[in-house]
Amino acid sequence: MSFFSEALWVLLLGSLLGLELIGKVPPTLHTPLMSGANAISGITMLAALTLIIKSGDNLPLLIIGSISLGFALFNVIGGFLVTDRMLAMFSRKKTRK
Amino acid sequence: MTFIAPVKFAIDLLAVLLLALGIKGLSKVRSAREANRLAAIAMILAAFGVLLNSQGTIGISINSWIWIICGTLIGGLLGALTAKRVPMTAMPEIVALFNGCGGMSSLLVALGVALFPSTDGSDGVVGELIRNFSIVVSLFVGAITFSGSIVAMAKLQGWLSTPSWTQSKARHFFNILCAVIALIGGIYLSIDGQNGLFLIVVASSLLGIGVTLPIGGADMPVVISLLNSYSGVAAAAAGFVVGSQLLIVAGAMVGAAGLILTQVMCAGMNRSLVSVLFGGALGASSAASGGGGGEYTNITSCSPEECALTLEAAERVVIVPGYGLAVAQAQHTLREVTRVLENADIEVTYAIHPVAGRMPGHMNVLLAEADVPYEQLKEMDVINPEFPATDVVLVLGANDVVNPQAKNDQTSPLYGMPVLDVQEARTVFVIKRGMSAGYSGIKNDLFDLQNTSMVFGDAKKVLGDLLLELKELGVGSKG
Repeated sequence: MSFFSEALWVLLLGSLLGLELIGKVPPTLHTPLMSGANAISGITMLAALTLIIKSGDNLPLLIIGSISLGFALFNVIGGFLVTDRMLAMFSRKKTRK
Repeated sequence: MTFIAPVKFAIDLLAVLLLALGIKGLSKVRSAREANRLAAIAMILAAFGVLLNSQGTIGISINSWIWIICGTLIGGLLGALTAKRVPMTAMPEIVALFNGCGGMSSLLVALGVALFPSTDGSDGVVGELIRNFSIVVSLFVGAITFSGSIVAMAKLQGWLSTPSWTQSKARHFFNILCAVIALIGGIYLSIDGQNGLFLIVVASSLLGIGVTLPIGGADMPVVISLLNSYSGVAAAAAGFVVGSQLLIVAGAMVGAAGLILTQVMCAGMNRSLVSVLFGGALGASSAASGGGGGEYTNITSCSPEECALTLEAAERVVIVPGYGLAVAQAQHTLREVTRVLENADIEVTYAIHPVAGRMPGHMNVLLAEADVPYEQLKEMDVINPEFPATDVVLVLGANDVVNPQAKNDQTSPLYGMPVLDVQEARTVFVIKRGMSAGYSGIKNDLFDLQNTSMVFGDAKKVLGDLLLELKELGVGSKG
């Protein structure tokens, strides 16, 4: 049970941290923030990695894990790049000003 | 081998710290770009930590490496390509798509562990009931996130319309039924770890569709933001399934932050989350209550030439850009028109409605792409008192956000939504393709007003004509 109770603490504190992190967001940043947070939610790729590593020679499981990893990385890489593309447009103007 | 555990621990801690700083930084204009990179670095670190730890403790077989590399390459390349290729106008859809894939990933992990329980090494650590429960949550939230996001994307792309049955009360029964079935499946699975698996997946997928499908128009970004929060929850649940604290903390952070962002968005649109989720689409309720508000009686239309003449005599011009502008890819032509006006010492500002372009902040991105100076973009609260002192307002492909009904007509479904008071200006030109209703499907009273003239045509073409006329008149060519 020790992992579980520890994990619950982690869950609780993580949630509280998340609630505090974003206070006032200017409307300009709503879209980039959503897309950035979305990329982070692809962190589930760690679970996919763990699954593949632990599955040994179980082929169906390897395939499921690999597909899962693909979906997660699609989310992560696409998410970060698209966010960067959006934010690059704001910063370009900043430097010129 | 002994040094690996503390190293992995340190990496995890660093990754969590960077992720938190990343989310924090993303909410400030100045630090946003660096923050995004920081978060990306954190993700790489986290993945590295998992690989290092596994290699050092249980070892990673060649077989596993092959499948890891396959998944990474395919998913990563597709993601990179999509991110590079997608036009800025399709941003809401693409965020929904990415988000759905994140949910799908969590779902698949839970599915894998549930189908082949023996492979889960942490069996002894996490009690079986708890493990099964985590699987249920991961499946449930993952499936809702995936199906909901895909429906949201399809609706934004225009591939799906709102079927009429989803506007009736029947949808509540449908959704409750799905939820109950998923719950029963969940209880089954929690107890014996095998049965009820696909019951949950199917029922929660249907639930995701049933909840998202009736939601229309301006509310869609709120739903995407909410689903984004869900995908964080799904990741946290997957963290319980595979026993990863890093995953739990990161998922919880995104889930909670997404919830806050959703609330901020709702506040910006003067909608409550409950009415977004259970109120149904705006347009349909108006159609039900009397044909969308009646016919137009007093439409004045004019040519780009007349519009140019009025602009020439103006001192203050306000542009109201909307989604139509973005669809016509006219933001660059618009920028040329405003350059000409500025050269003629005409003051030009842009009025940005909080949900202009169908997603908060979306229009800022699009105008930034066209090189419009940041200082010229004004938010609704700033610009609204300035309309009475404005000579000309150009409404470009915006509709619902300039509908005075939202202020004047208590029976209107739009009533209460914050709008731009363009009718206060001396003259209003509405550049629009035809008389069709806006995204909400509601008649716009603005078009009937005395001081409003319609310029019909594609935004890009009209602006191009306008540019020619202005040049012919010699506006802005004094130097």
